[in-house]
Amino acid sequence: MTARILAVDDSASMRQMVSFTLRHAGYEVVEAVDGEEALEYARDNVVDLVLTDVNMPKMDGITLVRELRRLESYRYVPLLMLTTEAGPEKKMEGRKAGATGWLVKPFNPDKLLATIAKVL
Amino acid sequence: MSTDLEMEEILKVFLQECAEGLQAMETGLLNLSARADRDTIDAIFRAAHSIKGGAGMFGFMEISQFTHAVETLLDQMRNGARVVTQDAVQVLFQSVDVMREMMELAEARQPIVSLHADAVTSILTQMLSGEAQAEAAVDLHTGAGTAQSGTAQVTAGISPPAGPCASGWRIEFRPHANLFKTCNDPLRIFNELETLGPVQAIAAIEQVPPLAVMDPTLCYLAWSLTVNGSLLQTQLAEVFDWVDADSAIDYQRLADRTGLEPDVHPVDDEPSLRPPARLAGVPVASAPASSPPGRAVTVRDAPAAAAPPTAARASADAGSIRVATEKVDALINLVGELVITQAMLGRFSEHYDPENLESLRRGLAHLTRNTRDLQESVLKIRMLPISFSFNRFPRLVHELSRKLGKKVELRLNGENTELDKIVLEKIGDPLVHLVRNSLDHGLETPADRLAAGKSDTGLLELNAFHEGGSVIIEVKDDGAGLNTARILAKARERGLLESDVTPTNEQIYNLIFAPGFSTADTVSDVSGRGVGMDVVRRNINDLGGHVQISSAAGLGSTIRIRLPLTLAILEGQMLRVGPETYVISLVSIIETVQPRQAHVQSISGRAEVFKHRDEYLPIVRLHELFGIVPDHREASKGLLVVAESDGKRVAILVDELLAQQQVVIKSLDTNFKQVPGLAGATIHGDGRVALILDVPGLIGRFLDGASPHVDCAA
Repeated sequence: MTARILAVDDSASMRQMVSFTLRHAGYEVVEAVDGEEALEYARDNVVDLVLTDVNMPKMDGITLVRELRRLESYRYVPLLMLTTEAGPEKKMEGRKAGATGWLVKPFNPDKLLATIAKVL
Repeated sequence: MSTDLEMEEILKVFLQECAEGLQAMETGLLNLSARADRDTIDAIFRAAHSIKGGAGMFGFMEISQFTHAVETLLDQMRNGARVVTQDAVQVLFQSVDVMREMMELAEARQPIVSLHADAVTSILTQMLSGEAQAEAAVDLHTGAGTAQSGTAQVTAGISPPAGPCASGWRIEFRPHANLFKTCNDPLRIFNELETLGPVQAIAAIEQVPPLAVMDPTLCYLAWSLTVNGSLLQTQLAEVFDWVDADSAIDYQRLADRTGLEPDVHPVDDEPSLRPPARLAGVPVASAPASSPPGRAVTVRDAPAAAAPPTAARASADAGSIRVATEKVDALINLVGELVITQAMLGRFSEHYDPENLESLRRGLAHLTRNTRDLQESVLKIRMLPISFSFNRFPRLVHELSRKLGKKVELRLNGENTELDKIVLEKIGDPLVHLVRNSLDHGLETPADRLAAGKSDTGLLELNAFHEGGSVIIEVKDDGAGLNTARILAKARERGLLESDVTPTNEQIYNLIFAPGFSTADTVSDVSGRGVGMDVVRRNINDLGGHVQISSAAGLGSTIRIRLPLTLAILEGQMLRVGPETYVISLVSIIETVQPRQAHVQSISGRAEVFKHRDEYLPIVRLHELFGIVPDHREASKGLLVVAESDGKRVAILVDELLAQQQVVIKSLDTNFKQVPGLAGATIHGDGRVALILDVPGLIGRFLDGASPHVDCAA
């Protein structure tokens, strides 16, 4: 069964880039434009991995991760954050919220796939 | 779709987003200069942040690097580490300009070298580093630059010999009990570690409680790992990157392949009490930088390779439109209906029966309606809200009014009025010119305004609305109004007007559209060069629109631009001359008359004029112009169509007026070549081609003294 990945980013180009790369690698991708939309989707659907941007309007990535971990069905789903190189405290914050790991932007498709492969 | 094409599409989306992001930054900065609130700074920061991230992804490193400093500055404002000053806002405005310039270069596939980038970067750097108080605050907060250098020191402190350890490492890994709760699997980590070299893992099970009290969601195990190979500590740290802050991880060099280091930390150390664990976590920040050189190169190359430069790209971009999904849905819906109607009509052709005539008619009526709806919807795709053009004005007005020392309130009305994309693009520059003029010449200084009994803040309005089949754009100010005496004096001085003529106000206003006309006493940055108003009018005329000025001394002036909704369809009047049919734009027709012989006079043997309500109009003989045989050569036997453009009129001699109808304009330039006197062509229902007359062109030819004969007979 192909793994389904929820890609969350407010930037359409980033979202498309991520989902383009993942689809070509054979994953199934669901896109969401912010934390709120992602959370709404996640309440009714379980995915195999969530990849989320941190800085987003409405609901940011850290809040999303925290909320997802509260859902029974997402307790053991890998949650990865896309961060820019900004300091370690964002990572700490993400980790406290329950994020599995992160991917530092900018990244190339290979790096993205390698990271995904680590947890799937 | 091929991979490359798909990447191109994504890149287009990215560039579009950047344009929107820059716009958002600009709007935010304008608000910021009035009042600094957290939400505004957040919005600006987010826009800059996205641009930086995206630019890096798509391989525009110059943009990414430049934006980094901008982002840092904004981050400090966001964290309250920096006070929002006018200077800082100004620098950010300039940064937006540089970013926009870089984006444009990127879009055009040019090398991204901005002339102003260095200057702005140095101001930014100075701001970021120069102010000690700010810097102190940065250290405490996030300042990326300082964090980086701090990292380097810490790394050095932990492992004084910086080189790789030849034989390998021993890693004490005591994960936090909550390891599983972030969905991190130790096995995954060990597998990854194994990609670096052979791994041996020994689990410490002392902490595992009796089954009865064990919580299966917690991690009770600790591991002692050895990995062999010539490895850098940072390579190992990268593997533990995601778990190193909560877990206790200790790296020790192996003295030899089998032996254990004597000074091994006891495994049962309390994780939270072990400082090396926290410190060991820090090098993570610099881990990507220390990956093997080959890898660093791929980061740069990959996006570039994924989006290869193509020569056609720049032009393709210029022609693309972003269409709202609803519009596309509406189209698909209509096409669906069209297919149904077609199926219905198709049935009739198979079993033709005169009894079905009524149904056939009904079917055709359906088809007509579908076609009309489809036409409307397709045209709507090209329509964009005028806010695309209007939204540059807040900043323009802000900066200009500052420069001119005037107080101005800008009001935008009807920003959602939609206009054809091409019209919208071409109206931008003329509008900028008109707004500049209003600010410079129209609105007075606060002192003058107070003296005139007005509020010290001038009002500049930009209005857009529909009127009939046109879109009206108004640039309206409550300034001093046009100074007719001064315009008149200047016009006489320049020989634009005979000294004995007393023109009407409207004629005086029109003088400002004369080439080279300027009443400004000094040439400023803003206006006064005398280039422009003629160009403004020409551009608007080229779009099939026209400009009108109204003004009242002391109360202000209004410049009214009337534009067609679209350039693709023309509301046309069909005319016949001999065997040929022509189309003339309905809006340019004033009236059509059957002239009396007495009103047609010939001057100097050849040129004929028609006396029309006390005005003499030159007669344009289309049959002579296009070399065809008409029904009537004498004006009194045919019809004269009085047509106007720019306030100038001519009488066009035709044989007959036919129907009025909307015609789809086909360009002659692209299908044949440009022909003087013709604006394009259209195709009749029966397949014949009708030529569309270029009224402004014809008028220009006849009134500006050029030969009325066109060399090229169509």
